[in-house]
Amino acid sequence: MQTLTLSQVTKAFGGTIALADASLNVAPGERVALLGHNGAGKSTMMKIILGLIPADDGDVEIVGAKPGSHAARAVTAYLPENVAFHPSLTGLEQIRFYLRLRGEDPRLAKSLLDRLGLGSAASRRIGTYSKGMRQRVGIAQALIGKPRLLVLDEPTSGLDPVSRREVYEILDQLAGEGAGILLSSHALTEVEARTDRIAILSKGVIVANDSLSNLRRRAALPIQLQVTAHPDAVDEVAQRLDGTRMNGARVDLTCRDDEKLNRLGQIAELGQMIEDLEVVPPSLEDLYTHFSRRPVQ
Amino acid sequence: MTRTMAAANSEFCISLRNRWVAIAVVLMALFSFVLSAAGSAPTGQLGVDKLSITVASLTSLAVYLVPLVALLMAFDAVAGEIERGTLSLMLTYPVSRAEILVGKFMAHLGILALALAVGYSIAAAVALWYDPQASDGIPALIRLFWSSLLLGATFLALGYAISAIARRPGAAAGLAVALWLVAIVLYDLALLSALVADTNGAFTKQVFPWLIVANPADAFRLYNLSASEATMVATGIGGAANTVPSSQALASMVIWPVVAFCLAIAAFRRVVP
Repeated sequence: MQTLTLSQVTKAFGGTIALADASLNVAPGERVALLGHNGAGKSTMMKIILGLIPADDGDVEIVGAKPGSHAARAVTAYLPENVAFHPSLTGLEQIRFYLRLRGEDPRLAKSLLDRLGLGSAASRRIGTYSKGMRQRVGIAQALIGKPRLLVLDEPTSGLDPVSRREVYEILDQLAGEGAGILLSSHALTEVEARTDRIAILSKGVIVANDSLSNLRRRAALPIQLQVTAHPDAVDEVAQRLDGTRMNGARVDLTCRDDEKLNRLGQIAELGQMIEDLEVVPPSLEDLYTHFSRRPVQ
Repeated sequence: MTRTMAAANSEFCISLRNRWVAIAVVLMALFSFVLSAAGSAPTGQLGVDKLSITVASLTSLAVYLVPLVALLMAFDAVAGEIERGTLSLMLTYPVSRAEILVGKFMAHLGILALALAVGYSIAAAVALWYDPQASDGIPALIRLFWSSLLLGATFLALGYAISAIARRPGAAAGLAVALWLVAIVLYDLALLSALVADTNGAFTKQVFPWLIVANPADAFRLYNLSASEATMVATGIGGAANTVPSSQALASMVIWPVVAFCLAIAAFRRVVP
């Protein structure tokens, strides 16, 4: 059974379409990244999955249960964007509260906070926490009670690079234990390395939903070859390769994926005139721009 | 039950931190002490014990203070969670909105009970100090205690309803003050002026008793004063409403919290986080 199934979900606010005919699955153990501009419908989709707002049309199932039902909520963990807590409570009290709401032992709170590196601040009020620390409290509460589905809205915002890495390691571990993860992020480089599948939302429409390598193939974006020529031969290199001179010594070429080897051969023929060569495949940024700009069919 | 207790526990913790517990207890203690000290001045001619007199004064105080404290604790309950952005996360947990609200209610009612117990105990102690006969008034004081809790429960629940309807703490606070003014102050003033204007007496006999019973604060005052021997101390509405049987007042006091809480849950269910 799929951990999460959305089929043809539609939602409009007033006259504005927030989500149009969106279909998406998350399998157990799968990590799916949801990308999109601000206002593309990511948070709306998450709120529908969580049962916080109803969909106008379409079906949502969380491990076979309706969104918002007790069964669905019991297996779903959520991390809202800009997560907030009551400033008067300490981290420990807040996590104990969430543990009790899930019917877990409140004594687990300390170890959970330790796991997120908040052990020393556990007895301080959340009002005194930094943004990154609050974010880590938010992640701690999402780990309570072995959730089958995690819905994480910008899980690493406000975190430093080391903490980000730690968070993804925790998520990998949860996915390894069979949890399905749906996360949104603006940090495309981490999404690139840490997710199995990427869904791109644009104006409420899912314009792409595939693994990164398949998205690359489908987009067929040009590969960039950055050739550093010998200073005396820059013009000749640029001319013979039909490339663009970038600065003192660099010549840039672009080519399709299937032309790549030919072009590399041409470059190799120039021998001594070439000092260095770098092959730059299209980045996730390029793919993201490509898919989210495409006109909606 | 665990989830309701978790919400109650958390809410109590917050109230303790925000000094709400301290404020409520000190307020009740202070007012009770002042009233009982004033009521214990030698009078003699009334022929009732000092605690019964104090209970009559405390009743008049509680009519104003208990709804006010209850509304002040309750107005933030839902609107504050929305404002802080904590509500949407809480609602993704396997906990019903009714459970959350009952948890908050238990915490707030507990704080109110603590404040009232401290305040009324001080009043009893002062009265007993001056007049050994004051122990006669203890049943009246106990009745005042639990009926104050019923009154507090009504206004806590009304406060939650206001909080859920307003959705913003500022608006909720304004509505809470408005409700207090209308239900506690203006309602009685309006009734009194209607009584004065009523020349043929039909209003006084037919409608007025029902209007008294319909207001939880008036029902509370009526119930405590009519059951007490010190009715003659009471003035205004309390004295004017001798025609209403106290069983009806009691029924009103019991029904109001239930109705108000149902209203609060209905309003809370309509909140979209």
